[in-house]
Amino acid sequence: MLPDGTLTPSSLGLKDLRWLIYWDKDKCALCGRCTAVCPVKAIELGVHRQRVVFSPLLDAPAKEASSGLYRVYYGIRQRTEPAHACIGCGMCAQVCPNGAILPYRNDEEDKLRFHFNQGGQPRRRGGRRNDPAPGTLDRIKFVRISMLTDPALDALRHEFELRTLLGRILPPEEELRLYREEGWTPPVREIYPLMIGGMSLGALSPTMWEGLMMGVAYLNEELGLPVRICTGEGGCPPRLLRSRFIKYVILQIASGYFGWDEIVRAIPEMKEDPCAIEIKYGQGAKPGDGGLLLWHKVNELIAAIRGVPPRVSLPSPPTHQTLYSIEESVAKMIQSLAMAWGFRVPVYPKISGTSTALAVLNNLTRNPYAAALCIDGEDGATGAAYEVSLNHMGHPIASNIRDCYLNLVKLGKQNEIPLIAAGGIGKHGNLAANAAALFMLGASAVQIGRYILQAAAGCLGSESDRCNVCNVGICPKGITSQDPRLYRRLDPEKVAERVVDVFLSFDMELKKIVAALGRSTSLPIGMSDALGIDDYHAAERLQIKYVV
Amino acid sequence: MCRLFCVTSDEPQSPMLALRALDVMREGHDGSGVGLFLTDLTGPFAELKDKPILSGIFTKDGLRRLNDFMNALGFWPLYRLVITTDKEPPPGTPKRDFYLIQVYEYPDGWENLDQEEKEFRLMMTRLQLRWMGEEKEDIIVFSFWPDVIMIKEVGDPLLVGEYLRLDRKELQARVIMAQGRQNTNYAINLYACHPFFIQGIATMTNGENTAFVPIREFLLSRGFPGYTGYQSDSEVFTHILHYALKKLGLKLEYYKHLITPLTDEEIKRHPNRELLRRLKLACRPLTIDGPNCVIGCLPDKTVFMVQDRKKLRPGVVGGRPGFYVLCSEMCGLDFAVPDRDKSQDFQPMHLDTVIVYPDRREVRRCSQMEPLPPLH
Ligand code: SF4
Ligand code: SF4
Repeated sequence: MLPDGTLTPSSLGLKDLRWLIYWDKDKCALCGRCTAVCPVKAIELGVHRQRVVFSPLLDAPAKEASSGLYRVYYGIRQRTEPAHACIGCGMCAQVCPNGAILPYRNDEEDKLRFHFNQGGQPRRRGGRRNDPAPGTLDRIKFVRISMLTDPALDALRHEFELRTLLGRILPPEEELRLYREEGWTPPVREIYPLMIGGMSLGALSPTMWEGLMMGVAYLNEELGLPVRICTGEGGCPPRLLRSRFIKYVILQIASGYFGWDEIVRAIPEMKEDPCAIEIKYGQGAKPGDGGLLLWHKVNELIAAIRGVPPRVSLPSPPTHQTLYSIEESVAKMIQSLAMAWGFRVPVYPKISGTSTALAVLNNLTRNPYAAALCIDGEDGATGAAYEVSLNHMGHPIASNIRDCYLNLVKLGKQNEIPLIAAGGIGKHGNLAANAAALFMLGASAVQIGRYILQAAAGCLGSESDRCNVCNVGICPKGITSQDPRLYRRLDPEKVAERVVDVFLSFDMELKKIVAALGRSTSLPIGMSDALGIDDYHAAERLQIKYVV
Repeated sequence: MCRLFCVTSDEPQSPMLALRALDVMREGHDGSGVGLFLTDLTGPFAELKDKPILSGIFTKDGLRRLNDFMNALGFWPLYRLVITTDKEPPPGTPKRDFYLIQVYEYPDGWENLDQEEKEFRLMMTRLQLRWMGEEKEDIIVFSFWPDVIMIKEVGDPLLVGEYLRLDRKELQARVIMAQGRQNTNYAINLYACHPFFIQGIATMTNGENTAFVPIREFLLSRGFPGYTGYQSDSEVFTHILHYALKKLGLKLEYYKHLITPLTDEEIKRHPNRELLRRLKLACRPLTIDGPNCVIGCLPDKTVFMVQDRKKLRPGVVGGRPGFYVLCSEMCGLDFAVPDRDKSQDFQPMHLDTVIVYPDRREVRRCSQMEPLPPLH
């Protein structure tokens, strides 16, 4: 309720909000840092007036007219309008020198959600599906443990080959025939099975992007871990395109083709081929929907890289507009992009997890240039999506990948088209366990996005709808903002360091899992006999063991 | 862990030699079963060298059904060795009606078939018999192939051998593979018993293949009916070898490159790096894992031993020209060839394939780092 007392249908009280501010008057130094840092201006400095009461016994001599005395103090007031409702990011607590302020989640269902549609606009936000329940991946256990009949391996001392393949693999007979005849074979890259998925420069701030790229380069060049990163749809800075580092990068093309003029112009001057080309048809966060970069984030730099005017929203349509059928969009597009690099670069599509994934996959099996299939499940994250899509649409990744893998097994092509899984991997912090479960269900590689933002840059977003303002460019951490005042908060060198930490510790955890399962000579793709789950129907559905 | 013993000898040997050697090595296997593979046979079987031999276990009904089935196909029995015994079987061994080893004349018209077709039909006949038997539990067949006898039974190897009186003259052979079984993962099933056999190729293993499921899926999806069964995770070793030799036309030296490929760094230093790189890509689903020592025999009677990438299982080769033994335990080798030059004993390591060619003149050690024989 506003201080002037007006009550409108959407006036909300503090009790109606999702996040509440605890503020301690006695600790507060009135420095103003919290109000300055708040990305949504949820708190403001307020003047509070308080009546002073004297007790005749304690405060002798008694003051006669005590009821007429007031004291004025200054402090923090939380705003309740939906546009300024606290998002729980907790930046105020991070900057407060005295620990005087802290947001906490309201203990009852908030009413705010009924008022997020002001102006007739449904809520649009960044982040990931807000579902704190443990997902299927988190419930999968590794039950086939090596011990006596086959001794477990030593994750610290044994040698492990945990690479994966990106590219179309030919059946062994065919590969040998073409070797003998010196015929053309599709390009195949041997890469690390954990990839950084497509997040564009534009969606991410320049410092964040730089940090990720530096981390990836370090992992490759200094540590020999062939980690790959996808650009997302938004092009690639020209200098990177012409550098040797481009071989660690997967260029994404999506239906808005942003930045592709620049990429195509750079082809003749490229020193190295990019790792691969990812054609985006869909994403897990908003299946059936295109991309959207809101105008807030389209500054001069982003506009220049993408070849658009500044300060306009950049929607990519839900489909590639010039292509109207699966044959056209998948076959033709893959072939033309493969041709652009002289058939030396793997090209693969990325789709949202959906029950139609099998149709796409079957189509790919007949296309000799299709290098892989990336599937982004419902828990995938985004820069801007309607909340209804984020929370309620899409297919979980576990059964989608499993169906696709088993379909390939049926066709005898399980080695031939690598499946890349994405969407909420490590959502609850169990990155290595989730990834290993997906490999054993049939994925050749996994992509992460939000996880790396959380781990490498301290993104505050959580599954209980914390923060999630990535879309409007006010990211309090400077991860998804194009405002220099915000993105300067992020030190790219430090981000790079954290990227390296994340991959090295993932590598150790993955080894701890596969070593105990007696696997070291190859990534255990499809090793479903190792998996169990305590849900009978999930076990049946995924064709793994039911364990209780 | 299973005990393995393989002998290749100019002079025919009795299978009891192998079973005694297993008994010497017995510490470690629990005597839950035994499997024997005999080839390069002597006596009556040598005279019928080109004719297929059926080995299996039958009930009375099963034998009748076998005869009907084989008659209908046009196979004509030429010679048979039926093992029956009225003694009480040793503990754990079930009483069987017949152990049958029977040589057949090919049906009319098979002479004109090309080799591949003939081999395919022999395999299909064995599989059909196996399926028939699984239906009524009256037939178990281990092999149907020229110059090959296989015997498998539950129970202590030596006791089983004595019970079946395997020291008969007819059963002597120049190549014998035997495995004393420690039943590990699966219920006792004779089809889970090593050695495994397909179209002249046999292998046996001590250890466990933890990459079993994806390999099985790959083999099953090749559309070749012989890749079936898989009561044991070790059966895929035999089928991978078959796939390498018969489907990819590779030589034995390539086998280890399929099951335990070199690391990328090693491949970069290898003279056949391009071929190896491509084999590693295309054959990735055949990569084995876990501890394994594999001993096998090829259709031409070459015997070999390979180790897993970590060399986590024992295996030793030794002997003298004309008589070599490949076995899992040193004491087995000592028992079988006490008078050999022990300095020539060889324990293959993670890159080695040990080969004894049918001439049995020497033990050839070949490392994965060496140049490969050309593709043909
Ligand atoms: S938690 Fe974030 S949004 Fe809420 S008051 Fe603090 S800084 Fe503002
Ligand atoms: S910290 Fe930035 S990237 Fe993370 S949820 Fe908030 S706005 Fe989005």
